[in-house]
Amino acid sequence: MPAMNMIQAINSALDVMLERDPRVLIFGEDVGYFGGVFRATDGLMEKHGAKRCFDTPISEGGIIATAIGMGAYGLRPVAEIQFADYILPAYDQLVSEAARLRYRSGGEFWSPITVRSPYGGGIFGGQTHSASPEALFAHVSGLKTVIPSSPYDAKGLLISAIEDDDPVIFLEPKRIYNGPFDGRQGIPLKPWSTHAASAVPEGHYTVPLGKANVVRPGQGVTVLAYGTMVHVCLAAVDDVGADAEVIDLRSIVPLDIDTVVQSVRKTGRCVIVHEASRFSGFGAELSALVQEECFYHLQAPIERVTGWDTPYPHAFEWDYFPGPQRVSAAIRRCVEARP
Amino acid sequence: MLKNSRLQLHIPRPPARPGETPDFSYVDLQPAGACRRPPTDEAESRMRDLPFGLVRVLDDDGSAVGPWAPELGDEHLKRGLRAMVLTRIFDDRMFKCHRQGKTSFFMKSTGEEALGAAPSMVLGMEDMCFPTYRVVSYLMARDYPLADLVNQIFSNAADPLKGRQLPILYSARRYGFYSLSGNLGSRFGHAVGWAMASAYMEDDKIALAYVGEGTTAEGDFHEALTFASVFHAPVILAITNNQWAISSFQGTAGGQETTFAACSLGYGIPGLRVDGNDFLAVHAATAWAAERARSNLGATLIEFVTYRAAGHSTSDDPTRYRPSDEPRHWPLGDPIARLKNHMIRRGFWSEEEHAALEAECDRQVREAVKAGEEIGTLGKSKPGVEEMFECVYKVPDWRLIRQRQELGV
Repeated sequence: MPAMNMIQAINSALDVMLERDPRVLIFGEDVGYFGGVFRATDGLMEKHGAKRCFDTPISEGGIIATAIGMGAYGLRPVAEIQFADYILPAYDQLVSEAARLRYRSGGEFWSPITVRSPYGGGIFGGQTHSASPEALFAHVSGLKTVIPSSPYDAKGLLISAIEDDDPVIFLEPKRIYNGPFDGRQGIPLKPWSTHAASAVPEGHYTVPLGKANVVRPGQGVTVLAYGTMVHVCLAAVDDVGADAEVIDLRSIVPLDIDTVVQSVRKTGRCVIVHEASRFSGFGAELSALVQEECFYHLQAPIERVTGWDTPYPHAFEWDYFPGPQRVSAAIRRCVEARP
Repeated sequence: MLKNSRLQLHIPRPPARPGETPDFSYVDLQPAGACRRPPTDEAESRMRDLPFGLVRVLDDDGSAVGPWAPELGDEHLKRGLRAMVLTRIFDDRMFKCHRQGKTSFFMKSTGEEALGAAPSMVLGMEDMCFPTYRVVSYLMARDYPLADLVNQIFSNAADPLKGRQLPILYSARRYGFYSLSGNLGSRFGHAVGWAMASAYMEDDKIALAYVGEGTTAEGDFHEALTFASVFHAPVILAITNNQWAISSFQGTAGGQETTFAACSLGYGIPGLRVDGNDFLAVHAATAWAAERARSNLGATLIEFVTYRAAGHSTSDDPTRYRPSDEPRHWPLGDPIARLKNHMIRRGFWSEEEHAALEAECDRQVREAVKAGEEIGTLGKSKPGVEEMFECVYKVPDWRLIRQRQELGV
């Protein structure tokens, strides 16, 4: 089985779906001849032809509107928004149109689009190339939001997203495109080939949407994370030496509530980690759900470790980024707390 | 050299407000038959006069004149007239239903009935119309069941949209009529995407999208034109310039600077400016654009010049912002009267037959309303409340299942 990094896994998912389903086509800014600024669509135009993989005008609203119309016709378009920071011109299309088309038309029309977009910080991208907007989508009834944390999951989840009959926002943690970055700076990035989840089958397979992955079983504390933060949390757990159960949510909508509740009822402690800012972040929803479902099992206050409530700052990137030290401290507080 | 002076901010103003004399001298009228009709495969670069012309077929005497006059059979025109008459009678009846508290909201298309009816008869059932809320005549021309319209407007147990959508924001897939929404312009680009999909699949279907002149100011409009231009989408993009966007006159959207049809010029798409109250002109222009689309010649932008003779909606009082007698001064007349006169002139229609048609349409509308009332008007009947939780996703997730249980439905 070939070892792939996350970009190669995403490229492979797109390649497989172009091969399997003539209704699948891919478009976005610079995705065609050039193969995308992160190379996710590298070679796809050459292999499958320009009608299957092509460049669009710089028009995020136009890209998504076009995709929705194609989806309503019966295609399965995969649109790329070059950076999640630039998805907002298309927010109206996603919220007012894609998310509601099936509902408002009495089920007559739907649009099974997949919107891929690199997101998150840690690459010195400043406030225009670092955003984590997942909560903006999680709040919208009718959208699904998926975030992989490994090459294996990225390919399987992306294929599931493309085959899904609802609109899916597929956010790619670009900091871990090339390796499982764990938030420790100043040391060389381990390549994906050193990680078990880089073993990616060449053909078609799926990872279901709405099924979380217990990446590290444990008894003492539950750590909820997704994307890059899964690796940061694993590093933090190692640093602390805690008996932590680390859960990679994989998709925040649909959310695997059962796995979360089962784990927190077992451990009685919960730390929630995301890179997006804290206030009304997805962690707030997770915290509310854990409180509602696990209150009488909780031994300690729920901890949230997140980005600060500021725009993503350039020079202060590592002060903003919720790295292993902050996560470790939160795990320690949570584990040591006594009623 | 120009003398330096202080800058002045220009705020556009309509020619007449309440109490003033209506003035439509700004509408560039050209005689019927005057506008040339190039072959559909003419290069765009040689048609750049058309956005400043005015395609008109019916002259003041009711004769069809000039190169755009379509050859349409008697029965075809009777069907078109019927769709327009039915629309007007339906509108009046449902407006009354709103005043009687039978529904929460309604919008009439008075004066604009040709804009849906004629294109509906040009396009096939497999083509897709991306409508505005003022082209119900598109459905009327396809014999969409009046009862389904009434039930949707009453949001009753038989509402085809399951009580989820505001009255008149219909969806009728089997009739080639895309789901409406109250957000203006956000489906204009869907039509382009739909048309691109048809071309991608080497299908033969085309799309038609409508947008009001006020909504041409939205980014969606320009994004759609960009994609339509770049990818040669087989789509007809129609602007219904009815002079008013609620209380904002067409100059608020740029209509005092150029024609709306001229928006086409910056995109390299042919643009037509068409008498929207002339059924034959609307028919001919749509057919011309449809032929271009079906021949892989790409998109056409059409401005239909018309007038919103009634208020914006049941919530609107147009006498607050325009002269109360302005509708009577509209120079392009009434689309129903003009087609009717033409048919009488051609000798296959009469006042008596027209009166009989109106009576028949009135009877059908009353029957449909009565049937809808028997099921129930707004608040008296509604679909099962469980419908609230359906169709959010193809399959409800645990949240929706739990919330439905919590509500006990």
